[in-house]
Amino acid sequence: MRVIAVMIRILLGLKHDKRTIALMIIAPIIVLSLMSVIFNGSDYNPKIGIINAPINFVNKLEDNDAKVSRYDESAAELALNQEQIDAIINFKSGVPHIKLEGSDPSKNSAVIKLTQTVIQQIVPTTKPDITYLYGYENMSSFDNFGPILIGFFVFFFVFLIAGVSFLGERTSGTLERLLATPLRRWELVLGYILGFGVFTIIQATLIAWFAINVLNIMMIGSFALVLLITILTAMVALSIGTFISAYANNELQMVQFIPLIVVPQFFFSGLFDLSTMPTWLQAIGRFMPLWYSADGLRNVMIRGKGWNEIQMDAYVLIAICLVFMMANVLALKKHRKI
Amino acid sequence: MQDVNSKTITSPPCISARSIDKFFGKKQVLFDISLEVPYSQILGLLGPSGSGKTTLIKIISGIDAASSGEVNVLNEKMPKLSVMSKIGYMAQSDALYGDLTAEENLKFFASMYNLNGTKQKQRIAEVMQLVDLSDHLKKQVKQYSGGMKRRLSLAIALIHKPPVLILDEPTVGIDPVLRKSIWNELYKLKDEGTTIIITTHVMDEVEKCDYLGMIRDGKLIASGTPNEIKNATASNTIEEAFLYYGGASK
Repeated sequence: MRVIAVMIRILLGLKHDKRTIALMIIAPIIVLSLMSVIFNGSDYNPKIGIINAPINFVNKLEDNDAKVSRYDESAAELALNQEQIDAIINFKSGVPHIKLEGSDPSKNSAVIKLTQTVIQQIVPTTKPDITYLYGYENMSSFDNFGPILIGFFVFFFVFLIAGVSFLGERTSGTLERLLATPLRRWELVLGYILGFGVFTIIQATLIAWFAINVLNIMMIGSFALVLLITILTAMVALSIGTFISAYANNELQMVQFIPLIVVPQFFFSGLFDLSTMPTWLQAIGRFMPLWYSADGLRNVMIRGKGWNEIQMDAYVLIAICLVFMMANVLALKKHRKI
Repeated sequence: MQDVNSKTITSPPCISARSIDKFFGKKQVLFDISLEVPYSQILGLLGPSGSGKTTLIKIISGIDAASSGEVNVLNEKMPKLSVMSKIGYMAQSDALYGDLTAEENLKFFASMYNLNGTKQKQRIAEVMQLVDLSDHLKKQVKQYSGGMKRRLSLAIALIHKPPVLILDEPTVGIDPVLRKSIWNELYKLKDEGTTIIITTHVMDEVEKCDYLGMIRDGKLIASGTPNEIKNATASNTIEEAFLYYGGASK
C-alpha cells in the first residue's frame, strides 16, 4: 500500500539521519533536566473560600488583598474541585482547617503564608490543620510545570522536524516527482503522519519515562494516559507542522514560524497563571492545542484523574489533528489538482 | 505532426495536446500549443531554458493542468491518476531522497506503482543494470555524483515498465559513452512499443528523435521530422534551423 511505503520511507530517512533522532529525543530531555534544576520556588493574591470563620479573621484576610467568598460545605468542595478557589478555610472548635487545591505550589505557599500571618494576629496559640486536595506539601514548582513542559517540548520538536521534512519534499523536487505518480494527496499526508507517528511514539515514551522516573516529576496518575496525551500532542504538532510548511519557502522560514505558532501556545498553556487576566484573553487559550495537552497532562499527573476527566482534551486534540491533515490535503492542491 | 511513413497513420495518437494555454497568475507561459505523438515514436522538445518545455511536459504528464485546451494520453483525458500510473516521469532536477540508499529510493517509487515483492526486486536489478549502477545499489544517494543521480532518476522512471516515458533533460551531466547506451535503450523501448517525449538542449540528440517540436517563448514555432524541419528552412543541420526560427520569430 502506498501509504505504508511513504511511512517506511520516512522511517528509513530517520534511521539514516542520526542527528535528527538525537535532537528529537535528547534535546527535550536536556532542557527538562535544566528546568528541573532551575525551578525549585510572586505576589499572588489567593482566592479563599470561607465556610465558617471569625469575622475579624475574614476582615484581616481581605485587608491583605485575598479574594474571599463564602460557601456552605458542599459548594466549597465543588468550587475547590473546579479551581474557582485555591483553598477552603473552616474553623472547627476554634481550630482553622485549611484545605488547599494544591496543584500549583506557588499558590499553595501564598495561601499558607497569608493565613498563618493572619492567624498569628488573632489566635496566636492555634496551629492550623492543613490538608491538600491534590499535590502535597513539598511539591516543587517543577512538579507543576513538568507536565506542561513535556507537552511543550514534544510539540516544539515534532513541529519543527516534521515541517522541515515536508518542506524538503518540496524544495528537493521529490514532491513534484511523487505527484507524477498515482499517489493520492491524502495517501501522502497520512503516510507522513504514520511515519513520524511511529517515531513520535518512541520519542514521547522516552521523554515521559525520563521526566517521571529520572527527574521524579510528581506523577500519581496512569502512565498510559500520559503517553496517550503526549502522543496526541505529537500528532497535532505533526499535522500543524506539515501544514504550515506549505507556507514556508525554506528551512529558515520554517524556523521563523516558531514565534508565531509555538511561542504563544507556550504562554497560554497554563505555565503562567492567566486567572488575573481579562476573560477574553483567557479564552484565547482555548484555541491553542497545547492548552488541551497541558490540561490533560496536569490532570493525570498531578491530580491523578482518569480517562473520563481527560477525554475532552483527547477528543479536541484528535479533532485538531484531523482538521490540519485535511487542510494539508487541500493545500497540496496547489501542486497537483487531482 | 503527421506520421507519413508508418502504419499508425489512422489510429489515434498516443499523446495529443490541443490548444494548450497556460497562465501562472496573469502571466501567460504557453500559447495555443497543439501536438501529437503516435505510439512507439520519440518526440524531442527543444528550446532555450525558460521557454516553457518543462511546463508543457508537466501538463502532459498530469502534474499540472492546462488553463485551457485538452491533453489526451492513451485515449484518456488528463490529468487522470490511472493514466499517471502508466507514465514514467523523469524530472529536470534529481528528485531523490539523499538520505536513503539507491535501493531504498527504487523500492519506494516502485511501491507508488504498486510494484512489490519479487517482481519489484527483479525490476530493480534490471533498471540498475541498464543505467550501469548495479554496483552502487546499497550506497546512500547523497554520495552519488551528479551523473549517477541522473542515471538513478532514469532508472526510477523506468521501474514500472511504463508504456509512456516523459523525460526532462535526461542526459544532462552524463558522459558520451553512457549517453549512447541510454539512447540505445530508448530505441529498444521504442521498438517494444513505448512512446517517449524527451526535452533536450543537445543538438546531436535531436537528430535521434522521430519528431521534433521547437518551443520558444511559450509558442511551438516549428514541428515535424528532423528532415522536414531542415528542408523547410533549407538548413543543413537542426541547429541552423533552430537559429532560423529563432531569428524569424524576433
